[in-house]
Order: sequence, then C-alpha cells, then structure tokens
Amino acid sequence: MTVAEGEAAREGADSEGDMTGTVDGRSADGYVPSERRRARERHQRARARRATAVAALSTLVTAVVLYLVVVEAPGWPRTKETFFSADYAREALPKVLEGLWLNVRLLAVCGVAVLVLGMLIAIARTLRGPVFFPLRVLAAAYTDFFRGLPLIINLMIVVLGVPALRLQGVTVDPVLLGGTALTLTYSAYVAEVFRAGIESIHPSQRAAARSLGLTNRQALRYVVLPQAVRRQVPPLLNDLVSLQKDTGLVSIGGAVDAVRAADIIVGRSLNYTPYIVAGLVFVALTIPMTRFTDWLTARMDRQRAQGGAL
Amino acid sequence: MSATDAPVLRMESVRKTFGGSVVLRDVDLEVAPHTVTALIGASGSGKSTLLRCANLLEEIDDGAIWLDGEEITDPRADQDAVRRRIGVVFQAYNLFPHMTVLDNITLAPRRVHGATRAEAEEHARGLLGRLGLAAKAHAYPDRLSGGQQQRVAIVRALAVRPRLLLLDEVTAALDPELVGEVLEVVRDLKDDGMTMVLATHEMGFARDVADQVCFLDGGVVLERGTAEQVFGDPQQERTRRFLRRIVEAGRL
Repeated sequence: MTVAEGEAAREGADSEGDMTGTVDGRSADGYVPSERRRARERHQRARARRATAVAALSTLVTAVVLYLVVVEAPGWPRTKETFFSADYAREALPKVLEGLWLNVRLLAVCGVAVLVLGMLIAIARTLRGPVFFPLRVLAAAYTDFFRGLPLIINLMIVVLGVPALRLQGVTVDPVLLGGTALTLTYSAYVAEVFRAGIESIHPSQRAAARSLGLTNRQALRYVVLPQAVRRQVPPLLNDLVSLQKDTGLVSIGGAVDAVRAADIIVGRSLNYTPYIVAGLVFVALTIPMTRFTDWLTARMDRQRAQGGAL
Repeated sequence: MSATDAPVLRMESVRKTFGGSVVLRDVDLEVAPHTVTALIGASGSGKSTLLRCANLLEEIDDGAIWLDGEEITDPRADQDAVRRRIGVVFQAYNLFPHMTVLDNITLAPRRVHGATRAEAEEHARGLLGRLGLAAKAHAYPDRLSGGQQQRVAIVRALAVRPRLLLLDEVTAALDPELVGEVLEVVRDLKDDGMTMVLATHEMGFARDVADQVCFLDGGVVLERGTAEQVFGDPQQERTRRFLRRIVEAGRL
C-alpha cells in the first residue's frame, strides 16, 4: 500500500469532522505528499521496525535466562513435581472454577455495594454547611475505623460474632455475612479514593459551576464528579482487584471459594499444584478487567484532549 | 552579514491536518532575527496551530521547519533541544498552580539548563523587577490577576534566554487595562532585540510593533507584507473584508 492511498483512506474515513477552511473537503485540495514526507515516513517506519526487533530480541534473551535459572536450579525436579503437576492441575481445575464462581458473585455484589457506599461517604465528607456537621464526623469516623481495622478481624467479628448473638431474622449465612464485612472495609478505602479525586479538581471548576447558579449538589454532580471519576479509575481498579482476591477470605466461615477448594485438595494430596491453578485463575480474571479500564480511560482522554505530539 | 541575517525560523510548505480537516496548507514563513512577525486572522484560521507546529507541540503532516538553519522536523532531531531554544507564552498562561511564581520561573533554568538556585533566582528577580512583579515572587499563580499571571508566564518563557519567543494570543483573556500592561512588555522585548512570532487579535498593536504581518485564512497565508502593506493597502478581497469588519468593531 502506498502512502498516498493510506492517507486518502484515513482522511476519507473521518471526513465528517470537517471544519472551517475545507469547504469542499480534501479531495478538491489536490494534495500530493511530497518526497520529503515520504522520506520522513520511511524513516519512521524503519525506526519502528528497529524498535520491534530490539524488543523481540531483549524479550527472547530475558526469557532464555529466566528459563535457564529456574530449570538449572538444584531443586527444580522436586519443585516441578509438587507445584507443577499436570495430573493434579487437571483434578483441581474444575473444583477451583466451581469455587471461583462464588468469588465472582461476591465481587459483583460487593463491588457495586462498595462503590455506592464509598461514594456516599465521600460526598458526606465533602458536604459543607453546619447542618451536615454530624454527618461529616460520622463519615470521618467510619473511614478512620474501618480502614484501620484489619480485614481478617472484621470478618471474624461479623462472620462468627453475629450468628453467636442468635438474633431473630438475621442471617447466619457465612457468604452474606462475609460479603457485608468486605463491603464495610472496602467502602472505607474507596471513600478515600473518591474524596481525593473530588478534592483534586481545581477550585475554579466549582467556582465556575456555582457562578452559573448551580447548587453545591449540582456542581458536584454535573461538574466535579465527572472530572474526578476519570482520575479515580486506576486507584478504584486497584481496590476492586484487591477486593476480588479478598473475597476468598469468606472461607473462614466455611464457604468454599477457589482458594478453599484448592486448599482441600492440597490438604488431601500434599501437592501444591492446586494453589498454582487457583492463583493463575485469579490473575486471568484480573487481566481483562485491567485492559477494559485502560481502553475506557484512553477513550475518554482521546475525546477530550487538545491533541499534540507530547 | 548574511550569516546574521539568516532567518531564525523558516517554514516551507507546511501542511497539518486534524482528522479530515486541513488546518494548515502550504504555509511558508521566514522570520528574520530581531524582528516581530504578527499572525492575524479569524479564530480557527490556523494561527495557534502554526505556533504549536513551530514548537513541535504538533507533528506536521508535510513540509519542513528550520530553526537557525537546522531542520527541526527531521525525525532525527532532538525535540527537547529544539524546545530549549524556543520560549512559548500560552493564551491561558499555563502556569503551574502548585509552585510559587519564583519556582515557576526557575524550574527550567535549574532543572533543564543546570543553573544553580542562586543564579536562577537572581535572574528571575531581575526579570520580575523589570515587569513590575518583584513583590509577587513568592505568591502562587492563583492569587494573581490575569495580567500579572500573563507577565509571569512571559518571564517564565524568557528565563531560559530563548532564541525565539512564540506568543499565542497572549492578551485574549485580559481586560483592556491589563492588555496594555502585557503589550508594553512585548514592545520592550522588541526593543531588546528579541525575535518573536505572535498570534494576535490586537490589530492596532500588530500594526505598531510588527515588522511582518501574515494574514491567515482557512489555513493558508493569504497575504503577507509589512504592517503598512497589509493594513494600508491589502491586495486580497478576503483581507479587505476582514480588516473592514475589524474597523467596524472599533478594534483598529
């Protein structure tokens, strides 16, 4: 494909974005790329090829070195048998996946609950006006307490302590109680992420919104939060991935999640392969989520950015 | 003699497109040392893009740009080295809000050019004093008026002793009183021999200060010449219409 064709195709594809100065589009422009441009693009392509080659070579070298270090290790044959046994992996995978379904469901429910609760707490902390003083104090106390309280202790209190009260009408289901404990702790983390995001928006934005006559709440809803959310996506994803892994802790109440399923097989066979399987399954679950948010934020940036070569 | 008269900035058939729209088309420009070039034209005519291309903030599609005889659009050129020799003042100031005025100004001299804190601050205080901002050295940008912020932005661009200064509608966000304050600074810089390219809507100022005026329309340099030629005897119908509207609006 020649440069001229590629250029024409690219510009034809989004020619609806025309603005001033191109009254009859670029076809009437009669533009032919100069030799200078072709030479520049040849150089850039050559540089890209060279970069790809260097990347491939260095990746290969790294892989070979890692492989040799691991395989040449004195304990490798024994390690391979106890951690990377294909037989045990085949046996563990269905059980682990069955357990993973519990993790996924917990993540979905707790994730939504955490986002909603965290946002409410963050907003409560940023509210102004003397009326809201008790709410502000409450929200601050909540985040202070649940951020400081170790998750495992929180879980034990909720999962083991609540049923011990034998209250009428209160569930004793370890999954529900565990989910509640997770939500309590993670809401505190997420609330701080939201609050940091809200406060990172330059005060001039709030000033502009308020001068348009928007109330404090409207300014937050229509101007501050939409900008804050973009900055909050990476740390929120961090907390979400962390939550996903911690959903496994509900197993202390007796529920069987992916890690617990692996645990059961390990306890029986004394082969650690199921742990490896469970670990890889969690990683596999995280990667699409990360790629999706990367794509989402990149798209948001493209729509807004001034553009430029930097 | 010819070496000193060689253009500081030269553009040759520069073309720039955004998506499907052609923003600059076959733009040629030569800026001689110690001269001021004013880019005039309606909003969206490509003035700002032209300045951004000169500072390599935008990658051009075709054509070439030279700074002091060195082609800066060559893919092998060191872009950071090029930008070190060009100062830019933006329409919206673009000061760093988390730094004091003095830190804004001394950032590049210290971190990029390796000046010591004492040297950089002395130079900065000298420039601030000249622009009547000596008392504001330790203030934060958000505490300053628009005119003060824009003068700080000019000082920041000057602090690295650039070869060329690009000014992108530096008075567009200012009220008339403050406009005068900033334009006075630009006039002083011209007297000091600074080479400048400025995009502006201040036609009266362009007429007074510019050695060369370029009228851009739809990404093309439609007319160029001395201020007397372009403002006094425009050749193109489009230019005449533009200037007539400016006069009717009482801006000239």
